[in-house]
Amino acid sequence: MTGDGAGDQVSGGESQVSGAGDQVSGGESYGDFEPVIGLEVHCELRTRTKLFCGCPNSFGDAPNTNVCPVCLGLPGSLPVLNAKAVELAMRIGTALHCDIRPSSFHRKNYFYPDMPKDYQVSQYDEPINVGGWLELPDGSRVGIVRAHIEEDTGKTTHAGGTGRIHGSSYSLVDYNRAGVPLVEIVSEPDIRSAAQARLYAAELRAILVATGASDGRMEEGSMRVDANVSVRRRGASELGTRCEVKNLNSLRSLTRAIDYEVRRQVGIIEKGGAVAQETRHFDEAQGATVAMRSKEEAFDYRYFPEPDLVPLAPDAAWQSEVAASLGPMPAERRSRVSELIGARGGTAGDGATSASQIATVVELGLDGLVEAAVTSGVDPGLALARAANEAAAGGDAARGLDPAGFTALLKLEAARKLSATQAKAVLAEMLLHGGDPATIARAKGFEVMDEGELATVVRQVVDESPGEWHRYLEGEEKLAQFFVGKVMKATRGRADGKAVIAALDRLRS
Amino acid sequence: MTTGSPTPGVTRSAHEIARAVRNGDESALSVLQEHLEAIGSIDGEVHAFITLLDDQARSDAAEVDRRVAAGEDPGPLAGVPVALKDNLCTSGVPTTCASHILGSWRPPYDATVVERVRAAGAVIVGKTNMDEFAMGSSTETSAFGPTCNPLDLSRVPGGSSGGSAAAVAAGMVPLALGSDTGGSVRQPAAYCGVVGVKPTYGAVSRYGLVAFASSLDQVGPIARSVADAALLLDVIGGHDALDSTSLDRPPSRYAESLCLLDAGGHAPGEELVAGLHVGIVEELVAGADPLVARSVRAAAESLASYGATVDDVSIPELAYGLPAYYLIAPAEASSNLARYDGVRYGSRVDGPDVEAMNRATRAAGFGDEVKRRIMLGTYALSAGYYDAYYGKAQRVRTLIIDAFSAAYQRFDVLLGATAPTTAFPMGAKVDDPLSMYLSDVCTVPSSLAGHPAISVPFGRAEDGLPAGVQVLAPALGESVMLKVAAAVEAAGASIAPEPK
Repeated sequence: MTGDGAGDQVSGGESQVSGAGDQVSGGESYGDFEPVIGLEVHCELRTRTKLFCGCPNSFGDAPNTNVCPVCLGLPGSLPVLNAKAVELAMRIGTALHCDIRPSSFHRKNYFYPDMPKDYQVSQYDEPINVGGWLELPDGSRVGIVRAHIEEDTGKTTHAGGTGRIHGSSYSLVDYNRAGVPLVEIVSEPDIRSAAQARLYAAELRAILVATGASDGRMEEGSMRVDANVSVRRRGASELGTRCEVKNLNSLRSLTRAIDYEVRRQVGIIEKGGAVAQETRHFDEAQGATVAMRSKEEAFDYRYFPEPDLVPLAPDAAWQSEVAASLGPMPAERRSRVSELIGARGGTAGDGATSASQIATVVELGLDGLVEAAVTSGVDPGLALARAANEAAAGGDAARGLDPAGFTALLKLEAARKLSATQAKAVLAEMLLHGGDPATIARAKGFEVMDEGELATVVRQVVDESPGEWHRYLEGEEKLAQFFVGKVMKATRGRADGKAVIAALDRLRS
Repeated sequence: MTTGSPTPGVTRSAHEIARAVRNGDESALSVLQEHLEAIGSIDGEVHAFITLLDDQARSDAAEVDRRVAAGEDPGPLAGVPVALKDNLCTSGVPTTCASHILGSWRPPYDATVVERVRAAGAVIVGKTNMDEFAMGSSTETSAFGPTCNPLDLSRVPGGSSGGSAAAVAAGMVPLALGSDTGGSVRQPAAYCGVVGVKPTYGAVSRYGLVAFASSLDQVGPIARSVADAALLLDVIGGHDALDSTSLDRPPSRYAESLCLLDAGGHAPGEELVAGLHVGIVEELVAGADPLVARSVRAAAESLASYGATVDDVSIPELAYGLPAYYLIAPAEASSNLARYDGVRYGSRVDGPDVEAMNRATRAAGFGDEVKRRIMLGTYALSAGYYDAYYGKAQRVRTLIIDAFSAAYQRFDVLLGATAPTTAFPMGAKVDDPLSMYLSDVCTVPSSLAGHPAISVPFGRAEDGLPAGVQVLAPALGESVMLKVAAAVEAAGASIAPEPK
């Protein structure tokens, strides 16, 4: 239903779930103040068709090509609920430990040119998923208020002016996205730091991908985050006035925006002022949040039950079918991989690297590769590194890798029948066209150099660079890489890096 | 009377026409020609049509004739000219809702009922006038000018499906489709002396019916006889996957059962209603003009004479129907009509920014009655007022459904007036919205309950105008409702004084 493996890659650079690499606030100390944060995450569901019509749910097509009378809101058209969207919403709810309840749809009324009907159909007081929680890798838990179904709007491009609707000379609207199914996941205000917010968003994204509900691509807008942020004095029990921060298009924006917003609010209070309740927009370029509209200007959405749809009450059979079809969630899969690695007694890098690699392979759905390789005796560190780095770089193709082929390749590398460079080249070929690693290696003319041949090449390289060799002998260790590079070039990657260093050592001693 | 006597139109029934065309006794083209001529001579005065589709109709009629000649089944409505209220989407043909705001918009698709009517071999001759967006009870709020009652051109035809009712009454078409939200099929049928059916909510697809109040709107047939109305109802009804509120039921065969009774040669009235329990609803008679109330009483007596048991019944909750309706319908309308914002289709009045453009477009495009209801509905849904207005109206709706349920424990059908008066003079209520709204007092209860109801003419009141008798039935009670209506019709035909 949801496309054949199309688009599973969670963008590089954003895929690191571990806290490493986002120390935005160096411990995020806000003095006497404590941030209180709740997140609203909009997740586009990976259905084949839209929420209320048969138009393709597809990103990046020519504008206004995936439209019909229903998603254009033409007079007389009526919505028909997509059962697959309901199933995916239930998968999300089940994964987040929510109660699945009989639910209904409302209309949220406001005028905006990207909303074809000038109302949005959304679940309001009877959402399908209620209550629940999400456990973060650090062991903390964030409560889930609800996860409800709604339709997405179209996309407006404002020409001229500031890029916002006001002051633009004209606007273009693409309704391809109008009517795409969304689930909005609303957390309790349980989050206490920007770093924790990031952990939550990353873990939620991993879960959404694991349920098959989402491709998790923030840069394509298929996962969008709004943050409700307030601050209060440490130890206080009442909540401060909150601001909703919109336009958080990446995990990096999320952390930067929250950190900025917390400091802004603390600053106001410290100066004796009061935070005004308002909606704020995160300006990526300025790294600052700016006011969009205040509570007084807030819309009266005039919610009322959507008369064109009937109440939705998934029966027990459907619910248990959905629950049974859910595979293990990322937390369980991470601990499975790390237990497996622990049991095999191996880790190549340090603990943090290993944890980060485990998170990556789980998030990208490559843990099956690692498990297959490690179970057949491949060194866990090697298996993790090749999966989290080289295989992950292959994007969508990585999920299509044959675990047996992946294992066979790592065995060739471990047995030094292929150098690391050669193994990576073979893996790249496997990602592109598939195939058996031994066959690919043969076709590429890869064979391992014997020690004697390698010693000859190393001797030559050393002779060609007497200056560097002298400095190396004097103890300039980093020059080892210089010689490794030279040998690699001379052998066109056939040499094994570790063997080269061993040969250098032998020459030096 | 200052208006002279209207030209007589075609009086043959849809049953007769379909039979003749199916048997090859008459061509669909000649049937069409006859009706187009009637339209040509009558509609200048009546103004029932907004758009005539002569050319498309001729090619559709030719296709019916081809099918007959080829020995293919041309469908149960073979060659029958049908008019459509102009809020039913017709592919490539302007669908105006009698509003300026839709401009020259042409839908890219046919409403489900339109598809079904065409598939049944009917020939669509045109789109009929209506109150703007079906908001009104006289067809005077049309942006294209009013329709006149063909029985007395100085009077309104009722509304909002006034064009469809007038077209049928004048003999310009044997069948038409209207839409009924709070009485918009039944009340004009009563004013024009024809039959109008509001089916059970969900019995007929709403896909392609431009929404006024989604939880109330139903498409319904207008005809000169109960049997013809049933024939059209059979064609348009049945489940439609494109409408989530469509009931999952197979197509009905009401016409067949009514005609079988006829063919059996029994005294129709007795065969139809003997043994049934009929309740005369005080609240649907007491407030009516004595001329109309008398017709309801007389119809009930006829039913009793056919062997039905007739009793009076009071359902006091119905009194709250009108105020509840005038909160729920405008509330839904305020949302349904938001999309006419000048962005995607229809007319646009430019402005310095998008909000100004929205405002200017809607200010220029909507008429007063539509604006009045959008404002009413917006208010009823506003934060702080929702519970007091929309919420309370929905609770009243539940009360009315419960009250009806109790009554249907005792009665198979209920009887009342369709409207409190006969057709009123043009202009009489245009400036008095409240008195206009009161025209719907007898029809809104069934609408709120989602129940079927039919208006059947029962003779003429003393003012010479037809009086409509309304037969109400519980949800999906169309079969018994149509039988009782047919009996009322038969009795009315035998006692009706000639029009003056």
